[in-house]
Amino acid sequence: MAELIASLATEGRLPLEIGTVVLEDAQPEAITWVAYLDRKKSAVTRALGGFPGPGAVVDVKAGRALSVGAGQAMILGAPVACDGAAVVDQSDAWIVVALDGADVRDVLARLTPLDLRDEALPEGRTARTLIGHMTASVTRVSAYRYELMVFRSMTATLLHEVERAMTHVAARRRLGAE
Amino acid sequence: MRLTCPHCGDRDLREFTYKGDALALSRPDPAADSKIWDDYLHNRDNPAGVTRELWYHAPCGGWMVAERDTTNHVTTRTLTLAEARS
Repeated sequence: MAELIASLATEGRLPLEIGTVVLEDAQPEAITWVAYLDRKKSAVTRALGGFPGPGAVVDVKAGRALSVGAGQAMILGAPVACDGAAVVDQSDAWIVVALDGADVRDVLARLTPLDLRDEALPEGRTARTLIGHMTASVTRVSAYRYELMVFRSMTATLLHEVERAMTHVAARRRLGAE
Repeated sequence: MRLTCPHCGDRDLREFTYKGDALALSRPDPAADSKIWDDYLHNRDNPAGVTRELWYHAPCGGWMVAERDTTNHVTTRTLTLAEARS
């Protein structure tokens, strides 16, 4: 059988550095959506090694689990199989990129209606929200680093939107604006 | 305007889509009289006061019922569909 060469959706377009902010690839080995079935929450939590509550990110056996909806998690890391839950491989359906740098919050503030202040989205928390018109998942990895997840089919739109916001924030900085 | 998604918490209005009166949760029996179906399909109350509305939170894919006062736009509480039905 022909050996296909897997390539990232962002191939050749990242990293992108503008001003103080860098947009880079952060695609994990696999992305798996897990939704536990009715009355199976504790069994699934035990099997996976954890299950995130609303807005939480927890370490599980396969990697990191992000809360993406009521009773739903997206697991970033190794592939996952689990009884008692609906499990769908999303590795080729979503992209993960990281936005990193001193002005990262100013860039995101131009793109999302999410409350980005420390008290609303502290380090280690995640939120489903909008980036432009796209539904997305935004995770604060550390003080100045956020991971953004959108549908793979929206890669070009995401890069376009983020690049515009990064350019505008950098331009404001050059003008000496706050 | 901000609304509270029962799963995600306090969020901006842009993340939500309005569906209409929460009447859709109390659909009549398929065999019900045509008068009842006519009422369900076409007639709506238009109260000055508290209404129950269906809203969709697109990012998390969750539906919710919001109790909103039409005279001052204060949303007193939001419920998941399971809570609203019980």
